[in-house]
Amino acid sequence: MSDRSGATDGTERPAADSDGLRAGECEKGHLTFPPHPVCPTCGEPQSETVDLSTRTGTVVTWTTSTTTPPGVREPNTLAIVAFEVGDRTVRALGGTTGDVDVGDAVRPVYVAELRDPEASFRTQASQRWDGYRFAPVEE
Amino acid sequence: MTVAVVGASMTDFGERDAFVGELLSEAATGCLADAGVTADDLDALYVSNMASGEFEGTTGVVNALAHDIGALPAYTQRVDQTSASGGAGIFAAWQSVASGASDLTLLVGGEKMTHLSTARSADVIASLTHPVEYAHGVTLPAFGGLAARAYLETTTDADPARVREALAAVAVKNHDNARRNPRAQFQKEIDVADVLDSPVVADPLRLYDYCPVTDGSAALLFCPESVAREYTDDYVRVAGVAGATDTHVVHERADPTWMGAVAESAERTLEMADRHIADVDVLELHDMVSLLEPLQLEALGYADRGEGWRLAADGETTLSGPLPVNPSGGLKARGHPLGATGVAQAVELYRQLRGEAGDRQVDARRGLTCNVGGFGNCVTTSVLEVGP
Repeated sequence: MSDRSGATDGTERPAADSDGLRAGECEKGHLTFPPHPVCPTCGEPQSETVDLSTRTGTVVTWTTSTTTPPGVREPNTLAIVAFEVGDRTVRALGGTTGDVDVGDAVRPVYVAELRDPEASFRTQASQRWDGYRFAPVEE
Repeated sequence: MTVAVVGASMTDFGERDAFVGELLSEAATGCLADAGVTADDLDALYVSNMASGEFEGTTGVVNALAHDIGALPAYTQRVDQTSASGGAGIFAAWQSVASGASDLTLLVGGEKMTHLSTARSADVIASLTHPVEYAHGVTLPAFGGLAARAYLETTTDADPARVREALAAVAVKNHDNARRNPRAQFQKEIDVADVLDSPVVADPLRLYDYCPVTDGSAALLFCPESVAREYTDDYVRVAGVAGATDTHVVHERADPTWMGAVAESAERTLEMADRHIADVDVLELHDMVSLLEPLQLEALGYADRGEGWRLAADGETTLSGPLPVNPSGGLKARGHPLGATGVAQAVELYRQLRGEAGDRQVDARRGLTCNVGGFGNCVTTSVLEVGP
């Protein structure tokens, strides 16, 4: 897959910063990714976190975007991935490192720079640009 | 206090040389002329605009407009609710009159976009997304692709190829309507094969599933119904207006194909209007992408979940069908100048309800607009009906 942003290509490396895929959890056990100042479901503080970066998830849906913004790889395959945490489900959006289908198992792979922040419309200092893409799990 | 619409206008939609100030002025003066009033009669002036600062480095557009058209010293306010700014402007304009604060309010929606590349424009719009989404380079068209695959593979039980063709039929229908609308961006007939052969934008959706990038402006004039006849005998009543909000982070929704804020906003609007959805004769929906038309029809209650595509497949939403949807051509073919769109939806209903819609006229006494920001993130709806 081409990567004109110059960002890392998703090759496997240690999870350098698992905060990039850490769900927020409130006292009642509601989970969200990303975390919010308070739980959107019940309004309680999200006092705990759950690291999703070491877990295997399932592809809910995916698309390959062929017209991407400046500094974003093209094509850019994106997936919504569901993680089962006990009897709860929490979802995350991310690019994929290869072809996926609905229902496929994937695992998070750390990427230090997901797109070129300097080419992005949004102010570079306003957010983080690292995170996790999803790699198909070999059967 | 019941509120009436007594004037409407829109500029040509498409690629325009004019920037936002000139576009807003054109629609504003057109609307005042339509109602036969002068700008110094205005108590309030609202501008619906998502991103003039981001698109062209111009802020303070409503102050500039008030000065340019001679509306001083009217109260002015800019309304931004991303792609739903126009509908939010209708809500604000209605509030200004219904509260008694204004006896005459002009609402002007407008956006200038086409001077930026499509990629840059998509990035400006994508800046409404959460940082964890934006970092991955997601765009609003990509959300359409994600939702469409879920719709085809998990929401519906039908043959995916048949559903895919029905989505194409939405675009075909809206192009067919737009060529009867002289203000629309596209005046070109297309067929299902054109859609299915067009370049992939966000698999499984293609170029002709999506609205274009558009410049344009539209305007509406509001007053208390009690004085509406001073301006026109054929005024239109704002029977209901409301809005609702869904998650900012799209993937936090349990089902990416359920437009929860559309359902909530419409329920509130119909309750205010004391009407049922079956009482609505014509719809102007937010078809930023073809899929959104069936998803809104499902959220509005016209079809069960996963079944909304059948209305397009069966031709029920054409101009001559039992439920005409987007007689103006919709976002797909009328065009989508962000802040103008929600206003233009109501301009179309104003023309339809007054019997002024020419070759695209439908038989209607009541219509509903649905204006969607983000990918269902924030929604406003209105019910307009024949006044007298």
